[in-house]
Amino acid sequence: MTQKIGHNMPTRANWAEEAVAAAAAEEAQLAHAETQHPRTGSEHLTREEQVLARIAKARARKARIKEERITLAHGAGGKATQTLIEAVFLDAFRNPVLEKLEDGAQLAPMWTNGTAAGRLAFTTDSYVVSPLFFPGGDIGDLAVNGTVNDLAMCGARPLFLSCGFILEEGFPVADLQRIVASMAAAADAAGVQIVTGDTKVVERGKADGLYINTAGVGVLEREVVLSAAAARPGDVVLVSGPIGDHGITVMLARGELDIFADIVSDTAPLHEISARLLDVAGDGVRLLRDATRGGVATICNEVATAAQVAVVLDEASLPVRPVVNGASELLGIDPLYVACEGRLVAVVAPDRADAALAALRAHPLGEGAAAIGTIKDDPPGLVLLRTAFGGTRIVDLLVGDPLPRIC
Amino acid sequence: MRFVDEFRDAGMARTLATQIAALCEPGRKYKFMEVCGGHTHTIYKHGLEDYLPDTVSLVHGPGCPVCVIPMGRVDDAIAIAEHDDVILTTFGDMLRVPGGRGSFFDSKAAGADIRMVYSPLDALKIARKHPDKRVVFMAIGFETTAPSTAMTVLRAEAEGLDNFSIFCNHVTIIPAIKAILDSPDLRLDGFIGPGHVSTVIGCRPYEWIARDARKPLVVAGFEPLDILQSVYQLLLQLKDGRCEIENQYARVVPWDGNTRALQVIGEVMELRPHFEWRGLGFISHSALQVRKRYARFDAERIFLVPGVRVADPKACQCGEVLKGVLKPWECKVFGTACTPETPIGTCMVSSEGACAAYYNFGRFSRERVKEATRT
Amino acid sequence: MCLGIPGEVIELMAEHEDLAMVSVEGVKRAVNIGLLRDEDLEPGDWILIHVGFALSKIDEGEAKASLDFLTGLGDAYTDELQALAASDIT
Repeated sequence: MTQKIGHNMPTRANWAEEAVAAAAAEEAQLAHAETQHPRTGSEHLTREEQVLARIAKARARKARIKEERITLAHGAGGKATQTLIEAVFLDAFRNPVLEKLEDGAQLAPMWTNGTAAGRLAFTTDSYVVSPLFFPGGDIGDLAVNGTVNDLAMCGARPLFLSCGFILEEGFPVADLQRIVASMAAAADAAGVQIVTGDTKVVERGKADGLYINTAGVGVLEREVVLSAAAARPGDVVLVSGPIGDHGITVMLARGELDIFADIVSDTAPLHEISARLLDVAGDGVRLLRDATRGGVATICNEVATAAQVAVVLDEASLPVRPVVNGASELLGIDPLYVACEGRLVAVVAPDRADAALAALRAHPLGEGAAAIGTIKDDPPGLVLLRTAFGGTRIVDLLVGDPLPRIC
Repeated sequence: MRFVDEFRDAGMARTLATQIAALCEPGRKYKFMEVCGGHTHTIYKHGLEDYLPDTVSLVHGPGCPVCVIPMGRVDDAIAIAEHDDVILTTFGDMLRVPGGRGSFFDSKAAGADIRMVYSPLDALKIARKHPDKRVVFMAIGFETTAPSTAMTVLRAEAEGLDNFSIFCNHVTIIPAIKAILDSPDLRLDGFIGPGHVSTVIGCRPYEWIARDARKPLVVAGFEPLDILQSVYQLLLQLKDGRCEIENQYARVVPWDGNTRALQVIGEVMELRPHFEWRGLGFISHSALQVRKRYARFDAERIFLVPGVRVADPKACQCGEVLKGVLKPWECKVFGTACTPETPIGTCMVSSEGACAAYYNFGRFSRERVKEATRT
Repeated sequence: MCLGIPGEVIELMAEHEDLAMVSVEGVKRAVNIGLLRDEDLEPGDWILIHVGFALSKIDEGEAKASLDFLTGLGDAYTDELQALAASDIT
């Protein structure tokens, strides 16, 4: 039974030695640049602050993919996903619309005679959830609501969707019909039509049942321009309801953890609630985001980076259901990073915050809405959490998915 | 009572903070080591250091079972996983830990069947479900986790499962504390003792720390008030000139531990002559291996693992950080070459490592943050 | 090291002597209680859960004592400080 394996094992971690050497070279270059053009002010920094400044510089470096292969972390919405997008996609496709990296593209197409054809929002998303059916919804609901929500978060009225199916050979037709029926119902509820589509079938084993891609178009009828970069000090951060319901539901529905809880996905179309919010808070709304992969924490980090502000969250104000809390404790994960599919985060000017919160709470999807934090000017680029215990910590981007831990 | 929220009360924390400040002698600096990575996690997750005076600092010790696994052992596990008929299972914490050739995630991406489990019993379930595969559980953890692994082996034997084995990397806490205390450049005033390890081993194994090494130790729970209270108890001991082992976590930790758990470990496992700890080097009798009687459940005997030692890069100063000689940010590669995405050293490997915890949760200038979070 | 979570035993599972259904804020999981065989667990007891196993039975009396100690520190706050200062001199 014994067998020989693992010949040619390295005795040094080459990747680590290379990383150390590369960082040292970069540091030397920076130090050289510094002596050529000394900046004023830095001599007053403590040693710790100097190190923190060095780290901030390292974090601002151009994104580079270090892995040889795609790992699951690249799809988790955290740091690895951002690196992939910036280093591979943005680098290849770069243009002013894409560069904004918002939930959808905001377009102002022109007719050939030079007149404006109206402003449009355009977005696409692919759905690969496992299991396909879970308490509170299925992949069909997600595929419609997710794209509707991306349009709504641009401030658009969603109009038309496309859908593409990638089906695995052997997939039960009854399941497909059930999923398509969910999509039809969800489209109806969101007031959109599915107007074009595509179907491909791949060999058994080459897809996990089915994958769905949807793209959507909506009209931008409001003057307001929403952008993560628009947040400014004094603004208030709102969330439209309890966080983490969807992520925990799906994690438990996979069955691998043998954990059971009375909880359903929050998947829902947000076009109405976001429209109400924009009706009352108008141009006081800086940005809207649906808190999907990476959760509320990831959105706050996007805001902090894009607007170069500090986002200060208040843990005691975060709406989290007890079961989501319980499951998170048991698994050692943080609800701030867990996905929602029917919750939005809004950053709103201080003078409109109360009205905005009232508008959210007046909608059935926003009963549990709460003000969870504020925007400050310093330290820029960081998300801070005032803990319920009365301390402070950073809420950073995760590298990949929040993994259950034992330690 | 839920035994959680009650121990997170901010009002009680303020009271304790005042008492702690009052116990500190003016001009004296205090350094306490929390041995356990779970404590490190609590300290950062709740921002507990905001309650401590500048003169009291917490040193984050070697008690993160993921962090201390040497790179060579990760490579060994991956070599096992690369067999076509093997399903390697392990805890979520391990998956991102890099060895000399990359992490479990990288190996999974390259085709190995590597699965995350919540409990070793889940690995057993996978073995039952896939009789045509060999299912290996990469076991990690201190005495807290070892009984669960041992119970799982006993269950596998009772069920007559012949496609299940464990790759045993269990380590023991006392030799690690001893190694820390033996270090000449160390200056510590006391220990915050590992609560959950102590549910198994009890408090007696620490007695020599007070008696011979003359350091007070308070076994502590994992809620933030538990840790603050332990700091208070340590300071009180110093003030009274006492040097004792105290149990702050008596609601969970019996003084004599869990005898049955110790029996189960002893039935299935025995001490290794020596084991390498990342950042600390080889330590005698500091880890467990499967007893010969259970050889058919021992992946190290079933698969001839390469067993190559992979050296940590020289620039890495984890050893000094673990002993509290350096603060995480004082390490030369901290935050530049060594980040949570590409952890060069043990302290950056898991979120419980001293450097990762500082990088993820505490990487800021206290003064500026105080200003930002003022209400 | 070693994430351990308090949970309440809600049911001893008859089909397997070593299993109990445990609730953490309404989240349920079957937990192996083989390491606590001598404790005679019953529904309503609280245990510490680690990787699917119960490691210890939680002692409510000790928990209360711990909280009482902390409350005591708060109540007696003002004169406690003076008492501490006094005890220093002796």
